[in-house]
Amino acid sequence: MWSEVPAQGLAGAVQAKEFGVKDFLKIEQLGKTYQAGKPVFADVSFTLDRGEFICIIGHSGCGKTTILNVLAGLDQASAGHVFMDGREVVGPSLERGVVFQGHALMPWLTVRQNIAFAVKSRWPEWPAPKVNVHVEKYVAMVGLSPAIDRKPNALSGGMKQRVGIARAFAIAPKMLLLDEPFGALDALTRGTIQDELMGIVRQTQQTVFMITHDVDEAILLADRILLMSNGSEHEGIYTPGGIAEVVVNPLPRERSRAGLHHLDGYYALRNHIVDFLVTRARAH
Amino acid sequence: MQSLRLRSALLSTLILLTLLGVWYLATATGSVAAPAANLTPEQLEYARMMGKDPGVSKSGGFPTPAQMGATVWGHLSNPFYDNGPNDKGIAIQLAHSLGRVALGFLLACGVAIPLGFAIGMSPLLHRALDPFIQVLKPISPLAWMPLALYTIKDSSVSGIFVIFICSVWPMLVNTAFGVASVRRDWLNVAATLEVSPLRKAFLVILPAAAPTILTGMRISMGIAWLVIVAAEMLVGGTGIGYFVWNEWNNLSLTNVMFAILVIGLVGMGLDLLFGRLQKAVTYVE
Repeated sequence: MWSEVPAQGLAGAVQAKEFGVKDFLKIEQLGKTYQAGKPVFADVSFTLDRGEFICIIGHSGCGKTTILNVLAGLDQASAGHVFMDGREVVGPSLERGVVFQGHALMPWLTVRQNIAFAVKSRWPEWPAPKVNVHVEKYVAMVGLSPAIDRKPNALSGGMKQRVGIARAFAIAPKMLLLDEPFGALDALTRGTIQDELMGIVRQTQQTVFMITHDVDEAILLADRILLMSNGSEHEGIYTPGGIAEVVVNPLPRERSRAGLHHLDGYYALRNHIVDFLVTRARAH
Repeated sequence: MQSLRLRSALLSTLILLTLLGVWYLATATGSVAAPAANLTPEQLEYARMMGKDPGVSKSGGFPTPAQMGATVWGHLSNPFYDNGPNDKGIAIQLAHSLGRVALGFLLACGVAIPLGFAIGMSPLLHRALDPFIQVLKPISPLAWMPLALYTIKDSSVSGIFVIFICSVWPMLVNTAFGVASVRRDWLNVAATLEVSPLRKAFLVILPAAAPTILTGMRISMGIAWLVIVAAEMLVGGTGIGYFVWNEWNNLSLTNVMFAILVIGLVGMGLDLLFGRLQKAVTYVE
C-alpha cells in the first residue's frame, strides 16, 4: 500500500513535488559492527528531501541512535557514507542541530546562557546585544520567556526539552536531528510539545530526522516513517538489522493531534506499523 | 529547623562549659598545699632541701583555665610584636605559616590542575602516569624533607616544597577524575556546536568538573595545614609550628595550648572558605 522497498524511486518522485531539494541528505549502505561478523545493522540506505520530516521507529538495540549519531557526526559508521547537500559528513557540524534524548542542558548555565552558548558558537562575531535578542526570540518561540533566567534544575522535564529544541533551532541548522526527544515526558506534556514542534517545523521548513518509540508521534509528525528491524540469528545464520520498510504517510500534511484519529487511513496506517513492530521488527 | 539550630547551639555550649569545668576541677586540686603544721623545723628544712617545699604551691604544672585565659588575652592583645627571632607575636607566626601554605598550595594548583586536565582528557596519559601517582601519593610529605633540604639548601623553601608535594596529589587525582567523568552529553553538545578546544575546556569541562576539582582543593588545603605545623617544627625559624616547638622547649604549656587552639581555628577557617567556594561552583543536575 504505502510501503516501498528502501531506496526505490517511487516515493521519491512523489516527494519531489512537495519538497524543495531532492536527496538533500543521502545515506548510502551504512553499517555498524561492534562484534566481528555480526553487524548491528547493515546496508542502511535512504534519502531525505529538504523540508521533509522523517521518523525512524524500531525496538531498542536496533541501532537507531547509532544512525542518528553518525548523521550528527558524533559516531563513525563501520561501513557506508552520509552526504548532506552533496558533501560527505565526516564530523559534527553546526549545520546539523541535535536535540538529545536527555536534553543535555548545562546545569550551571541559565536557559538564556545555555542558548547564548550555542548562538555564540554559531556566530562568534555577533555583539552581545544581538546574541541576546536572538536568544530571546527563540526562547519566546517555545514559550519559555518567563523562565529565561532560571537554571535547568528549576524547570520541569517538558520545559527542559523545550529549551533543548530552542537551542537546536537557534543556530539555524540546515537540518535537525532529534533523538527521542519526548521519551521521558508524560503524555500530556508530550502532546503539547509535539504540536509546538510541528508548528515550528512547518513554519521554518526545517528538515528533520527523528527517532521515536511512539507510533502516534511518528504518524503525526512524519512525512515518511522508516521501520527498522533488529539483527537476529536464525538457525545459525545471522541477519543484521536494517530498514525493513519505508512507509509514506498518506495523511494530509496539515493535520493536528486532536483530529488525527478522525482522518481516513489513520487506523490502517497505525495498524500496519504496530503489526510491524509486534511481528516483524524482531525476527525470532 | 530553627529550633534544631537553637538546641544544637545550646548543647554545644553545654559541652564546652562541662569541659571547662572538668579542666578547672582537675587543675584546682593539684595546687592544694600539704599541711605543714605538724612538722618540726628540722623536718621542714629537710623537705625544702629535697625540693618538696610544703608551704609553696607548685607552679609550672598543667595550667588552670584562668592562667590559660590570661595567656590568650596576652597574645591576642599584642599579636604583632617582634622581639627577635625567638619571640614574635602570634599574628606574625601565623602569617609566616599561611604564607608558606599559600605559596606551596598555589604552586600545587598550577601543576595539578593543568596536569589533571591532561590526564582526565587522555586515557594514554592516565595509564602512563597512574603508577607514578599511586606510588608517590601515599608518601608522607615529611619524608621528602631531608631530600628537599639537601637539594634546595634553604629551610624555608623546603617547607614550601613539602606543602607543594602534599597538596598536589588530591588535586591531581580529583581534577583528572572530574574531567574524565564530564557527561558525554555536554561534550556532544560542544562537538555539534563546533566549539573550539580552548572554549570547550573553559566553558564546558571546567565548570562541569569544578565541584570535583574544588573537593580536591579542599582536601589538599586540609592536608597542607596539617603538614605545615610538622614541617615548621622540623625546619624551625618562624611559623606557628615553630612556635609550638619553641614553647615546648620553654616548658610553657599555656602557650602550646594556645597555639593548638589557634591551629584548629585557622584550619576551620580555611575549610569553611573552601566549603564556600565549593558551594559556589556546585550545580544541581
